[in-house]
Amino acid sequence: MLENPLRDPRDRRLPRIAGPCGMVLFGVTGDLSRKKVMPAIYDLANRGLLPPGFSLVGFARRDWADQDFAQVVHDSVKQYARTEFREEVWEQLSEGFRFVPGDFDSDDSFDHLRRVIEELDEIRGTGGNHAFYLAIPPAAFGKVVSQLQRHALTESSPDRWRRVVVEKPFGHDLRSAQELNGILHSVFPDGSIFRIDHYLGKETVQNIMAMRFANAMFEPVWNANYVDHVQITMAEDVGIGGRAGYYDGIGAARDVIQNHLLQLMALVAMEEPVSFDASALRVEKQKLLSSIRLPEDLAVTTARGQYAAGWAGGEKVVGFLDEDGIARDSTTETYAAVTLHVDNRRWAGVPFYLRTGKRLGRRVTEVAVVFKRAPHLPFTQSATAELTQNALVIRIQPDEGLTMRFGSKVPGTQMEIRDVNMDFAYGGSFTESSPEAYERLILDVLLGDPPLFPRHEEVELSWQILDPVLDFWAAQDTKGVGPEAYASGYWGPSSADAMLERDGRVWRRP
Amino acid sequence: MIELADTRAAAIAAEFIRARLRAGSPAMGMVMTLIVVADEDGAVAAMESAQTAAQEHPARVLGVVIGPKRGAGRVDAEVGIGAGRGGETALIRLTGEVAQYPDSVVLPLLLPDSPVVVWWPSAAPADPAEDPIGRLAQRRITDAASAPRARSRAMATACTTYAKGNTDLAWTRLTPWRALLAAALDQHPGTVQSASVEAERGNPSADLLVAWLRDRLDVAVDHRVSDGPGITEAVLTTPGGDLRLSRPDGRLATLSTPGRPDRPIALKRRTVPELLNEELRRLDEDEIYAATARALAKQQTPTTRTTKRKRT
Repeated sequence: MLENPLRDPRDRRLPRIAGPCGMVLFGVTGDLSRKKVMPAIYDLANRGLLPPGFSLVGFARRDWADQDFAQVVHDSVKQYARTEFREEVWEQLSEGFRFVPGDFDSDDSFDHLRRVIEELDEIRGTGGNHAFYLAIPPAAFGKVVSQLQRHALTESSPDRWRRVVVEKPFGHDLRSAQELNGILHSVFPDGSIFRIDHYLGKETVQNIMAMRFANAMFEPVWNANYVDHVQITMAEDVGIGGRAGYYDGIGAARDVIQNHLLQLMALVAMEEPVSFDASALRVEKQKLLSSIRLPEDLAVTTARGQYAAGWAGGEKVVGFLDEDGIARDSTTETYAAVTLHVDNRRWAGVPFYLRTGKRLGRRVTEVAVVFKRAPHLPFTQSATAELTQNALVIRIQPDEGLTMRFGSKVPGTQMEIRDVNMDFAYGGSFTESSPEAYERLILDVLLGDPPLFPRHEEVELSWQILDPVLDFWAAQDTKGVGPEAYASGYWGPSSADAMLERDGRVWRRP
Repeated sequence: MIELADTRAAAIAAEFIRARLRAGSPAMGMVMTLIVVADEDGAVAAMESAQTAAQEHPARVLGVVIGPKRGAGRVDAEVGIGAGRGGETALIRLTGEVAQYPDSVVLPLLLPDSPVVVWWPSAAPADPAEDPIGRLAQRRITDAASAPRARSRAMATACTTYAKGNTDLAWTRLTPWRALLAAALDQHPGTVQSASVEAERGNPSADLLVAWLRDRLDVAVDHRVSDGPGITEAVLTTPGGDLRLSRPDGRLATLSTPGRPDRPIALKRRTVPELLNEELRRLDEDEIYAATARALAKQQTPTTRTTKRKRT
């Protein structure tokens, strides 16, 4: 292979533009496609990061022509795209839109799809490189993947690639996750499967690594000598909305803890990777995940709940069991909290508390590293009455940034120390419109660059951690001990508070 | 906006702090000081561009208008934390004797320990790195394309006086072109035998593109004149055929490569704030620009010699 004389590693202005390629989107009518994938594709095109001739093929059971599909994308872009709408970008992008109507069962439709792809290679010069984005329920993965294979759409060769992109949930327990991985692996090699956990594409999540490994002042205290405990929270203020079909039977732990929260925990707690390439990162994350241990008594170290009817943020809302499509006796949890230990030298004795829930006080995702109190305070008791523990909070969303909490003297003649906060707002020091996670991830798929995507080993390890909790809860259900009801608009069930109180700690109000 | 008439740097600095306290001491997270050296006519527009860029890179933006240098010195300033803007701004007008010492006013107003960037939106000093204000900065941004006259000459001067940290928006404008040409050559690897660039007359970006291609490819690069706007075409000739990127209308480009259908790509001419944003993203030396500037300066050697002789 000849070296390209126009490239130079020192030339850091040149953006990475993917080679000629296209994407096939299954499930074009879903929320995910309309709110995230389509706008991200437009934003990428607008930023000049898509290759010339990029094509997008929609596949769905709709009686649409290409123009109808283009209209759907147009509406979604107008409503959700991050960057301004520019006619010339849209024109050249939309020329590459195609629609294939059909069923996942229909051989004709997949034949049609193959012809469309071949035609695009001819007309738009996509060069046989295509990514299949499965924005569909996992139950349909198997069918679509085997259809793709049957119609010779999945074969990669040295001069063209085929990749598949899937979204969470990656199964609902270890066994189903293994099955799902089996299906994907039977058709695509490991390097061609991209599992999107959009959290990992977020700037702030990547900044966790920058913060930890590019600075001198955090790493020395990042261990059990100084850290008392870590709280990882992902709270939503909304209920399940219209997603009863998806949510019932899944619940908060499977929906959020298994993927987002455990990935966040891995990044916060892992050792320094040898480098930032995909395999080095994976090794460290895997190592951390495999050293996570659940406490013995799950009854007092986990908590779950369901939101009850009430008032949330000034709005009257129904309880989970009264939502449309939810059975009155559903035991699906909308709040889940677990205590985890990490069995290694750095973290021995430091509990990690993970919690997530719907209809909580406000929408927030954060990691709070709470430090031990100073070993000795040369002040009177009353001087430090208002001083709590120092904390470093990594705010993931909204309002991305870092908060440091420490004690400071209250102005006046008396010595009195009080907690103060120091804020770094990500949006304040850098671009206000940092790229959406999906832009980054879709670009990485097209470039074939996998560091931000969880591999199947990580997925299976997370299920291994969570499965005993899920089993324990299922056993509780059979004993008639269901999830505890909690007030909408507040911070979760009392059992969750009791879970920390038992350890002499309290949840932060994020 | 607070007007300070006949003032000093210390009073401007005090006003920054007062304005911050008035706003409830919000976290500003400013990452740099951006100095804009403009003339009276262009000052307001340039401040506007700088503040737009400061939304992506929160900065203390100091506009400096250097007036006539005769007479008693006088400093006037308008200070404000721009509404909805990312940082603090001050527009400072210097007239009289003090106009010869603008650095004395600017120096006390630099943010502690953060990088300093200076931008000359129109006319730039012949040697930015030796300019009193330029000396304060790590990054010195000129714009040959908006020089009042003789743009190609301005570009050549900028290249001959290149010093670490200098850059020119004419170079920034090239990034998308360079990216597409590099990507095209990725797709069609082959030794480039010759190249050509077509652009409107006196386009500094085209001069740089020619110099860059010549420097990287070590082949003859044909430089042709068209009606514009800007650069209209760039061609790399390889044994397999021509890789041609053409943009006749300044908006939509077409990439033609052998054995592939013509592919359209949006390639808009970017606005000044967009260019500044790219420029502010990296504040260390741009080594590729350095090499390109050296290459261009070498081509220009005869002309520059004459100018130098004139000066001495």
